[in-house]
Amino acid sequence: MIDIQGLDVVFGHGRKVFHAVRDVSLSVEKGQSYGLVGESGSGKTTVLRALAGILERLARVSGEMTVAEETLLRHRSQSFRRRVQMVFQDPFGSLHPRHTVDTILSEPARVHKLDRIEQRVVHALEEVGLDASFRFRYPHQISGGQRQRVSVARALITSPEIILLDEPTSALDVSVQAEVLNLLMRLKREHGLTYILVSHNLAVVAHMCESLSVMQNGAVVETMSVQQLREHSSTMPYTQQLLTASLGYDRTAIDAFEEFA
Amino acid sequence: MSDSKLLSVEDLHVTYNTPTGLVRAVSGVSFDLGHEKLGIVGESGSGKSQTGRAILGLTATGGTVGARRLEFKGTNLLNASERTMRQIRGGGISMIMQDPKYSLNPVMTVGSQIEEALLIHNRTSKRVARERTYEMLRAVKIREPERVYKAYPHEVSGGMGQRIMIAMMMIPEPDIIIADEPTSALDVTVQLQVLAVLDDMIRERGMGLIFISHDLNLIASFCDRILIMYDGRVVEECTAAELEQAQHPYTRGLVNCLPRLDGGQDELPVLKRDPSWLTPPGATR
Repeated sequence: MIDIQGLDVVFGHGRKVFHAVRDVSLSVEKGQSYGLVGESGSGKTTVLRALAGILERLARVSGEMTVAEETLLRHRSQSFRRRVQMVFQDPFGSLHPRHTVDTILSEPARVHKLDRIEQRVVHALEEVGLDASFRFRYPHQISGGQRQRVSVARALITSPEIILLDEPTSALDVSVQAEVLNLLMRLKREHGLTYILVSHNLAVVAHMCESLSVMQNGAVVETMSVQQLREHSSTMPYTQQLLTASLGYDRTAIDAFEEFA
Repeated sequence: MSDSKLLSVEDLHVTYNTPTGLVRAVSGVSFDLGHEKLGIVGESGSGKSQTGRAILGLTATGGTVGARRLEFKGTNLLNASERTMRQIRGGGISMIMQDPKYSLNPVMTVGSQIEEALLIHNRTSKRVARERTYEMLRAVKIREPERVYKAYPHEVSGGMGQRIMIAMMMIPEPDIIIADEPTSALDVTVQLQVLAVLDDMIRERGMGLIFISHDLNLIASFCDRILIMYDGRVVEECTAAELEQAQHPYTRGLVNCLPRLDGGQDELPVLKRDPSWLTPPGATR
């Protein structure tokens, strides 16, 4: 479904060059959830943005990307933009503060010249577990978890095949995180969606995905199945250290931490 | 362990008078703190940060703090003068905030900020203060203290910024540290390294720590004792080791709704909130 070969992303010019993604390759099958894990600055979000085609004006992107047999060009096709949607991390920053939920949800439908917009909006709200009374509210009138549900509904409006999830629950309380993760799992089952999930939380990735890549300094350190992750059978010291760290505070283990550069 | 009490809080209330009515941020929190690591865990809006701020008299304007007892080593914090409070803040109880980007002064060098914290509470010469600052920077595992001393906050990483915060809060040698989400903005490995620094210093100096966080796993593995807060109240208190056997449905719900590394991909149990957990309106406790 998704195939990325030798992706490189470089920001800036001359002496201020920053090589954010180095030779990243990955492939995701239809109906799969694929995790991208790493610490801040590892390039995981940049991979997602490069795939979505929202980096072209900001960076030099090279490499080959194919989505559902369509080779991606610098300017994405209209159908690509409909079939691939994105959900962002921050439910406060990613919804227009002066647009109602109704405007937010109907905009992508209008852009893609879809019919029956009103029905689609109501249906999408239903799908994410919000009733029609949310339609005419503003983002500041609803909670963080509800806002993230609206973000998911906005992604669903165009009936996409692929949703790119950029830390979809890291700004939420754990009880709300559980609700949103359950929602994403259900939507995937019901619509046969394919996900790429970017997260720094190994437990969230283990819960959602079948396979994952661990990134560090712009490169993929290791690609493994979630089964291997659960069995702690990773071979790379960097992955092992991330795993140890995600298990909680252990004074003796911390002294053995290394700096990976 | 907590036979020598550092801090005693009894029936603490924090209320805000807002245009839409009275908001009870904290309603009836009681606990004692000894030489230990006490964790306060809760979701956003549970009142955990408000509890920490009320102890230091840092409640925002418009808020009212009341308590039957709020005592730090025999001093009543409720009717202490502003002069006494200034002595206690930093000197007796200090606070580590969440984000070093916002809580360090951007136009002062790291060294002079740490020195200032020391000079306000102790009478020492500039030269001694500088020596102590270097010492402190080394103690929080900063490798090149001379370089960092001269650096400005924007020139250091998040993890280092938080170590600098710890150095600044430790240098006047307080008895209690209140850490409000001290590592939530950091990557996991850096987070643990910063906590290790904090842990070692607290143990060596025999201080008390109030660790406020939303991260249940972290608190359970880092602290000795845990208070679980919901809607301004402590719904449950337990030792960190007993968290898995917690009794209150809210605590159990929180523990269960976390995805686990070794768990399956089944539906996560969702926390069902019971109105009976809420503080009844008009109740005093």
